[in-house]
Amino acid sequence: MKTFYSTELPNPLMLGTAQYPSPAILEQAFRESGAGVATVSLRRESGAGQTFWQMIQDLGVLILPNTAGCHTVKEAVTTAQMAREVFDTKWIKLELIGHTDSLQPDVFQLVEAARILTEEGFQVFPYTTDDLIVGERLLAAGCEVLMPWGAPIGSGRGLNNEYALRAMRAEFPDVPLVIDAGIGLPSHASRAMELGYDAVLLNTAVARAGDPPAMARAMMQAIEAGQLAHQADPIEARDMAEASTPVIGKAFLS
Amino acid sequence: MTIWSVIGAGVAGLAVASEMVSRGAKVQVYDPGGPPGAHGCSWWAGGMLAPWCEYENAEEPVLRLGKTALDWWTARTQVQRRGTLVVANPRDLPDLRRFARRTQAFADVDQTQIHELEPDLHGFSKGLFFADEAHLDPRQALLDLYRQLQGQGVEFHRKLAPPRLENAIDCRGLHAREVLHDLRGVKGEMLVIRCPDIHLTRPVRLLHPRMPLYIVPRGDGVYMLGATMIESEDSSRITARSMLELLSAAYALNPAFGEAEVLEIGVDLRPAFPDNLPRIRRLGHTIYANGLYRHGYLLAPALARGVADLALENKHSEMVDEDRA
Repeated sequence: MKTFYSTELPNPLMLGTAQYPSPAILEQAFRESGAGVATVSLRRESGAGQTFWQMIQDLGVLILPNTAGCHTVKEAVTTAQMAREVFDTKWIKLELIGHTDSLQPDVFQLVEAARILTEEGFQVFPYTTDDLIVGERLLAAGCEVLMPWGAPIGSGRGLNNEYALRAMRAEFPDVPLVIDAGIGLPSHASRAMELGYDAVLLNTAVARAGDPPAMARAMMQAIEAGQLAHQADPIEARDMAEASTPVIGKAFLS
Repeated sequence: MTIWSVIGAGVAGLAVASEMVSRGAKVQVYDPGGPPGAHGCSWWAGGMLAPWCEYENAEEPVLRLGKTALDWWTARTQVQRRGTLVVANPRDLPDLRRFARRTQAFADVDQTQIHELEPDLHGFSKGLFFADEAHLDPRQALLDLYRQLQGQGVEFHRKLAPPRLENAIDCRGLHAREVLHDLRGVKGEMLVIRCPDIHLTRPVRLLHPRMPLYIVPRGDGVYMLGATMIESEDSSRITARSMLELLSAAYALNPAFGEAEVLEIGVDLRPAFPDNLPRIRRLGHTIYANGLYRHGYLLAPALARGVADLALENKHSEMVDEDRA
């Protein structure tokens, strides 16, 4: 498995911490799925979420703070600096929102913020689109991980453009790639892993499910299945049937 | 005869005092803030008695225990039993379907029926009507309880409770966190607006991907608009974003809300345990009743019954999670 800034993940599921019915259910979702990374939002109410943040730290998993809700480079950089202090980590999931309705990343500002944060010693996980050139620019800015979207945040639409995601995997074979956003069902997550992605980050699909801990477990099982399938070198699809037992010697011409 | 000392005169404390008195106990109340007012977080509540709607994002006890609140409050204050109307903008209709799947005791309503229920709501083609739900004016409810208790001979002490009180019932909300270490504050922001041009007669919820937005009529063209739910313990300010989202929701319900006068801005912290359900704990001589979260008026009656059961009959309701008397 690829490492993320020299850190090996215990497994490929990164789980968000927003929107659960209660912190107790959030904790169960982590426990039942075994997710190894928790993303947490710093954007709102700077400095006053201590009790909730302490609960996240008590989960005992790797913490990936994010800059959710930031619309400018300046906001994102300030939020990242705060996250480093609060969670004592160089990791930052860089989100720069460009559009209020689609929450589509503003890739121009994203590249700029990634450059600044990398220079400041951060290890940046950029939430980006499936655009290859943006990916290249992010790597040139110092990112060692890319997190392309499957579909808009919270939409649950799965992998909207599988062709582009395949191309991205082929273009950056050695870069850890994470599908971030858009996952609605375990089959979506499984598909991402079958394509050879290194991890999947999701939140809404679990937090807003009727039974979040059960959905978290389903996601983990699907991710493991997809990863195993990818490693097992799946067969190619073909148009004609191919018998799985030899037909020579049988009276197939009679 | 034992005198029970209730500490804190918010919705939890007053409900506990009322329940205890109704069972024949002798009660006194301590609160340095005096009569119910802006110092308590229940002053800023919506006052919806909406167990079916709340069940969308809460655990089963909220529905079961919450249902009992309607009669309890009706015996003590004015309760408007006009139901709840839930609507969504066309783009958020998947959220409405999801809401319907997770709840019960509602009727699907179309544009005509929505218009019949609330003629001042425009542009909503689908909704859900929860006919059995109700709402009250939380401030009136607190003051009614306060006056009834005074009339029943309950003494209110406008000061901190003396230390080492025997037979104490601590209902101080977030102030009790020095003892209840798993208690946290969940920030809520709300607005009170006046808009005489618009006439709504029941709480309306607008489904929104980020927060449960609702508007509760308080009569005379006054509406309570709530409420954000933020995992933060900073109650010093409302953010521009929150205010924008609250007002946008009102505007989406009817653009005439754009002309409303903003009367009040409320910010406070809801006391909550990790599962967002209330708890009763007896530690030494004190019974702690806390963690009503966003369900102050909905679950205070059940909490009060649980406290009275424990204090007066030594019965352990489901809310009692620790007893070290």
